[in-house]
Amino acid sequence: MELTDEQIHRYSRHIILPEVGGKGQKRLLSARVFIVGAGGLGCPVGYYLAAAGVGTIGIIDNDTIELSNLQRQIAHSTERLGMNKAESAKKTFEALNPDVKVTAIKERITRDNILDLIKGYDIVVDGSDNFPTRYLVNDACVLSGKPLVSGAILRFEGQVTTILPGDGHCYRCLFEQPPPPGLVPSCQEAGVLGALPGIIGGLQAMEVLKLILGKGEPLKNQMLIYNALTTTFRKVKVPKNPGCPVCGENPNITELQDYEADYCEMRF
Amino acid sequence: MKIRLNGEEYTTSGAESIEELLSELGIEPGRVAVEVNLAIVRKADYGRFTLKEGDVVEVVNFVGGGSPGDRWIRALIP
Repeated sequence: MELTDEQIHRYSRHIILPEVGGKGQKRLLSARVFIVGAGGLGCPVGYYLAAAGVGTIGIIDNDTIELSNLQRQIAHSTERLGMNKAESAKKTFEALNPDVKVTAIKERITRDNILDLIKGYDIVVDGSDNFPTRYLVNDACVLSGKPLVSGAILRFEGQVTTILPGDGHCYRCLFEQPPPPGLVPSCQEAGVLGALPGIIGGLQAMEVLKLILGKGEPLKNQMLIYNALTTTFRKVKVPKNPGCPVCGENPNITELQDYEADYCEMRF
Repeated sequence: MKIRLNGEEYTTSGAESIEELLSELGIEPGRVAVEVNLAIVRKADYGRFTLKEGDVVEVVNFVGGGSPGDRWIRALIP
């Protein structure tokens, strides 16, 4: 693949970085990234990856755009209320950069479809907003050896971690099991301040670009925690847990589970 | 007892176990993961895990995401 004149112009600020160059830009253009969720996190992650010229993006979401999403989900717009979020994200990303092929999947991600869905991609990004999906995505990536850049946000706090199966920790090394349903945040405790997903999604996009380019240090065996109120970042070391139920020495999770069990009250 | 809690120095007010530390901090044990000196402590062990001077403790919130849905938000507005 040779870069066209237009591509050389579009990606010139990448190409002049010695760590990227023409070679790196070609790697970005041939990379394939799958994004779970086209919400607060999926929007900025996909937007920046599309801008950077990541050539193939898959994005899955079965929700439609509601007015209450627009305070933070920046790939959507008021005129698209009611449209499927993955479809809206595809329109936005492809309008920004026609080099990028976006596949919008208007389904719910489940244990029955996830392995097939992520099979053709190099890296998975988790931008989901609930625990069952978070554990499903972690386990599917561990079991299929797929790098995962996981992000989570709530209120004024965000977390990012990069999971490289076989080479470091996974989400269950830190959080072995989902919290009991009675302890998930109630509506009084939920909510997200508008720019928070932009910060966490931007960090996730950067992790993805680094993985594709093979530059820098990925956030493996670490979780980066951002507190918006105090404007502080904290890095917690997360060593691989030998007792981890999915990536430990004697895993008892060897196939995908029924993640929705006991969690019906989480999805109102 | 002085420990390092989430990267900062912290003096406990009598807490000796992780369970007591979380109680002292007003943290519900089910909503966090706890790491002491780089090893994750299983929830079942919070009561019997004894902290010692200088331990490096990280308490990490469980953050899944938060979209309770409009129906519930509306109920909050008088």
